[in-house]
Amino acid sequence: MFEISQLNIRNQRVQRLYKTLFLLMTMLLILPVLLILGTLVVKGSSVISIDFLFTSPTDGMTAGGLFPALLGTVWLVAVALLISVPLGIAAAIYLSEYAGENWFTRIINLAIINLAGVPSIVHALFGVGAFVLFFGFGTSILAASLTLAIMTLPVVIVATRESLQAVPHAFREACWNMGATRWQTIRRVVLPNAISGILTGVILEVSRTSGETAPIMFTGAVFFTPFLPQGIFDQTMAMSLHLFVVSTQVPGVPEDLPYGVALVLIAMVLIMNSLSIAFRTWLRGKKKW
Amino acid sequence: MPGQQLMQARDMASFDRRNADWYIDKLVQALVFIGGISAIIFIVGIFVFITKEGLGFILDRFDFMEFFTSPYWYPAEEDDPEYGILALIAGTASVTGLAMLVAIPFSLGAAIYVAEFASGKTREALKVLVELLAAIPSVVWGFIGLSIMNPLIIEVFDVPVGLNVLNAGIILGLMAAPIMTSIAEDALKAVPDRYREAAEAMGATRWQVIYKTVLPAAKNGLLGAVLLGVGRGFGETMAVLMATGHSINIPHSIFDSVRALTATIAAELGETAVGSDHYQVLFTIGIFLFLITFVINLTADLVVRGVRKG
Repeated sequence: MFEISQLNIRNQRVQRLYKTLFLLMTMLLILPVLLILGTLVVKGSSVISIDFLFTSPTDGMTAGGLFPALLGTVWLVAVALLISVPLGIAAAIYLSEYAGENWFTRIINLAIINLAGVPSIVHALFGVGAFVLFFGFGTSILAASLTLAIMTLPVVIVATRESLQAVPHAFREACWNMGATRWQTIRRVVLPNAISGILTGVILEVSRTSGETAPIMFTGAVFFTPFLPQGIFDQTMAMSLHLFVVSTQVPGVPEDLPYGVALVLIAMVLIMNSLSIAFRTWLRGKKKW
Repeated sequence: MPGQQLMQARDMASFDRRNADWYIDKLVQALVFIGGISAIIFIVGIFVFITKEGLGFILDRFDFMEFFTSPYWYPAEEDDPEYGILALIAGTASVTGLAMLVAIPFSLGAAIYVAEFASGKTREALKVLVELLAAIPSVVWGFIGLSIMNPLIIEVFDVPVGLNVLNAGIILGLMAAPIMTSIAEDALKAVPDRYREAAEAMGATRWQVIYKTVLPAAKNGLLGAVLLGVGRGFGETMAVLMATGHSINIPHSIFDSVRALTATIAAELGETAVGSDHYQVLFTIGIFLFLITFVINLTADLVVRGVRKG
């Protein structure tokens, strides 16, 4: 009765064919990128040294290191995080703990999707119009970081909201039954159970923020400055813009130098990202409920 | 009676929960509400501020026909500047179109493999890999186009310039694919397992389950993924600035250099004086970009929601 028929065999063949086809497509998507990254590593690693990381560019940016750009990116990311993390967590708490399923929540969600979808250069225009000119911050770390913070706000909101919603509703109910207010419940029960998930989102945000170029081009990052930033009203160099500058704007740059810059930038971004992924995997493993 | 009223008032007072914790609770509620509406404030703020900067041009100089149908973009000319963005639209459209041609089949294929065929460790590894690929900054992609793809295209196709529609299209396709893959994979995962189980119970093979059951059920989600990918490609700035060749052209073949809308703003804003016509026209392009991506995102959202209701 359960003999294997011709049809079964044909189906099995078709099945295997499609599986191989889709595997092939996946590989064709991933392999070229890995090859490209490999090339970056091979060409870039010859440039990278301790000196490269910790000295300033010299000879009209055709030699020397990238320290001011590295430091500038740290400044930009740190200030952006100070703005986007509290705001993003507040937004996520509102959406997950207070907001009802209604048109207003839908509009907020739509705004978040759009904030993530608006082209980065439009964010840059906004930064120029609002922070540089209207609020009078000038081209400064503050203006650039505000622009970055608004652009990457959805990253924090989405990650935090997800980790808040992963806390079982029964935890909250138990706490409310003890007479705790909403905020007491959030602070003592929901946040402690979600904190690691939130942290994962923050690390992801660091990775996203440090690679952005267009939003900082006209708001605070400059091609070259001999000074290291001293405060949030200074201009600064930045890793991402530095890569653009040495690969397109400066004549006579040795061929390998931009590869070195690209490698440092990509290492920064991917290490943060892997950290976030590893952290998430580890969390999943030790989840108690 | 006054005595009774006093008693009532006292009883009310003991049930009044407005102690310090109550006020803190209300305060926090107000604070997180501000956080909640911040996204709305920002999106409105973006529109208001770019409109404010671009408005002067729209009111004084804006000529709908010239703006959208003239291929001549000479905003920096002293006596007779021209503000036609047709060539820039053609540049953006050709690059995005080619990118989608590359990205859509491959990312949908990869999503199907990851969500439906792969299992266990392989699947986790692939998901992590896709996520990491999505994290590569756009300026790095631009650099790859400039320094790796450029000589490769010149050599393989024997053309004089390797910075063209082909180069930027491939770069943009590789950029958009991981994002589309993970959104499409989410859409496939959102199809309830009981659909698959029912189909399998009828004797369907894995491929039949996917083709006849999962794909139709995930149709809207997949369309949403494609739309978001288009939005991404459309708004991408640094990579197209560096890989297209940045010359104003209505392309006749994939080996022509072009210039994109986004890249034009990025390249020219730094050279313009605040408030000049040139400066304002760049903001006008910004408004155009904002509106288009807004419509794309809205459509994607509506399409995806459609499936959840059904």
